[in-house]
Amino acid sequence: MAHLTRRTADLLKPFSVALSSMRLLTTTSTTPITVETSLPFTGHKIDPPSRSVETTPQELMTFFRDMALMRRMEIAADSLYKAKLIRGFCHLYDGQEAVAVGMEAAITKKDCIITAYRDHCIFLGRGGTLLECFSELMGRKDGCSKGKGGSMHFYKKDSGFYGGHGIVGAQIPLGCGLAFAQKYSKDENVTFALYGDGAANQGQLFEALNMAALWDLPAILVCENNHYGMGTAEWRAAKSPAYYKRGDYVPGLKVDGMDVFAVKQACKFSKEHALKNGPIILEMDTYRYHGHSMSDPGSTYRTRDEISGVRQERDPIERIRKLVLSHDVATEKELKDIEKEVRKNVDEAIAQAKESPMPEPSELFTNVYVKGYGVESFGADRKELRAVLP
Amino acid sequence: MLGVIRQRVACRGIPTRNFERGIRVVASRSLSSTAKEMTVREALNSALDEEMSADPKVFLMGEEVGEYQGAYKISKGLLEKYGPDRVLDTPITEVSLCLLLINCSICVCNIFHSLSFYMLQAGFTGIGVGAAYYGLKPVIEFMTFNFSMQAIDHIINSAAKSNYMSAGQISVPIVFRGPNGAAAGVGAQHSQCYAAWYGSCPGLKVLAPYSSEDARGLLKAAIRDPDPVVFLENELLYGESFPVSAETLDSSFCLPIGKAKVERAGKDVTITAFSKMVGYTLQAADILAKEGISAEVINLRSIRPLDRATINASVRKTNRLVTVEEGFPQHGVGAEICASVLEDSFEYLDAPVERIAGADVPMPYAANLERIAVPQVEDIVRAAKRSCYRSSSLAATA
Repeated sequence: MAHLTRRTADLLKPFSVALSSMRLLTTTSTTPITVETSLPFTGHKIDPPSRSVETTPQELMTFFRDMALMRRMEIAADSLYKAKLIRGFCHLYDGQEAVAVGMEAAITKKDCIITAYRDHCIFLGRGGTLLECFSELMGRKDGCSKGKGGSMHFYKKDSGFYGGHGIVGAQIPLGCGLAFAQKYSKDENVTFALYGDGAANQGQLFEALNMAALWDLPAILVCENNHYGMGTAEWRAAKSPAYYKRGDYVPGLKVDGMDVFAVKQACKFSKEHALKNGPIILEMDTYRYHGHSMSDPGSTYRTRDEISGVRQERDPIERIRKLVLSHDVATEKELKDIEKEVRKNVDEAIAQAKESPMPEPSELFTNVYVKGYGVESFGADRKELRAVLP
Repeated sequence: MLGVIRQRVACRGIPTRNFERGIRVVASRSLSSTAKEMTVREALNSALDEEMSADPKVFLMGEEVGEYQGAYKISKGLLEKYGPDRVLDTPITEVSLCLLLINCSICVCNIFHSLSFYMLQAGFTGIGVGAAYYGLKPVIEFMTFNFSMQAIDHIINSAAKSNYMSAGQISVPIVFRGPNGAAAGVGAQHSQCYAAWYGSCPGLKVLAPYSSEDARGLLKAAIRDPDPVVFLENELLYGESFPVSAETLDSSFCLPIGKAKVERAGKDVTITAFSKMVGYTLQAADILAKEGISAEVINLRSIRPLDRATINASVRKTNRLVTVEEGFPQHGVGAEICASVLEDSFEYLDAPVERIAGADVPMPYAANLERIAVPQVEDIVRAAKRSCYRSSSLAATA
């Protein structure tokens, strides 16, 4: 492919300016492009970072592909749930992809991420495979938790992903604990503890934050504010829905969570801050297209106009598509091809996951302990089914 | 009281059986024949409605109970009927720091929506207990009892022990209700049964309804009771229909707390169960009957106080006991029942007591593993046969 040059002046213009004079760049190019975030950051007790973010065509394309993959995965999960191949609870992340992707772009796999139950895309971002995802969702042995966890309990410790938690708010003190351990071990890494606007009012958040601040822990609390805690809008749940300010003495930043560059910038900024100065709160202004879970239609407490409005104005993938096209990084057709490819990958992974067998019955008794010391455990009929825990 | 006597008359000597959806009921002899059916959900909703109507001090608080009409629709219609002062949506904050005392005036506020305190279990539980100290009668809903662990300090330390610590000054007429135990495929953090934990605490009353009649009668009794009551429902039972008599439908209907119900009389083996396991046990009893074993099925209804008298009287009659529960086996409800029977009726036992319980592992998600982690009808049948020395295979090691 021809390596083409750009006019320097265009580097400084925000993406919304028409760039019809641009010529095609290679998608593997690492020529820096500067983009402006959609909105400036708002700081609480801190000077916010700049709106200008450096990126490259390669990164743009990666963002597009990664978010398209996450989007497709969640939509496929919706169908699988309706086909009853996924049971129990299933909380989908479509709409919020920019948070997962932007965060990954700013950090390494040595940094830790912990979140609640809307965890499929975070897992993918941390390096999880589609097969592990779909197998886990369908309760098969190739799942990331060998089928024993389910939708809410995905983990990938080797990449610093600590789950996957079902009890609202519990992941926040856990995340501060990870940060504590990182500081204790002098790792020079940070922890991102994600939570929602529903969890933002939990007492344990403030307890953990107090300690994180006292001890200068490298903890970044990230409120994924999708404005609804299950069926309750933020204005009905919180006296102060300015979640980035709720840390009081802890600085905070409000971020457009639908803009992957804003997320990337904020996470990069926070990591630097947390390593030097202790905790910081990020509020990601984001949105989920699905209801709270597959049991919630998502339309009894918000209007369809609102949902489609956000999709039209703020969709994170569309934003990248426009950027890619306006910077001539790829053509419409190339982007559509990527989406087709992503769809194919997802379909193949689902097919493969469906072939994955259910876990062996003996797995009922594995992993209760790390070391069982030969202790006995029992099935429902203790005289019929018993096992020695390894 | 009258309701209690009438209930005893109605039930004496009449074997009631498990009714699956769509099967018509055979009415008992002493009641007029009414083939009316009601789901457990309707039973709970009507009980809440009637008690709120009868006593203005009763109010409902919990996640999504108001505008969402209840996470499981138990509180459907109540916000509309009683207004936001008496049906309060809470944030997800179960514990709470706030000692706000809720003023239960009946003024209806049309302009704003019900207060929303989502996901704050400890918060709203603490607030509820505080309101009960002051004399109101809160009904606190937990989306599931798994979330009650975030609030358990208030249930145990603030509610259960207060009357004792204050020598009777501070009574706590509160009800904590919600789904308990496993649903289907909800994984380890959402499937635990809390009957044994709450059942071990003095000062609490712990109820576990099975049928719609249980749901109505026990919830009404719980709301009227001056002590803190933990009311353990079951999500999978909400949609099940049961026949209800005219008496059950009456707004004064109440079941006694602390009394078990003999769901099915038998003479060969006593099987105790509560909540969803009652249904399984009744199915097991049908299977056992075909094999010539007559099982007496006891629906505990009340975990605390435990109806030791009924259980022991039954064991003295049948000489064999199988306990069935969904929760973890160690220190479970069955363990207490077994100990009680050994203490009171040792000489009457002809066989070792059998325990059927959930598997001694966190609840797995995979469907096949979940199936063997929860008691099934065949487990109950097998244990009953063992206690009758009927099965040929002895204990197998996995």
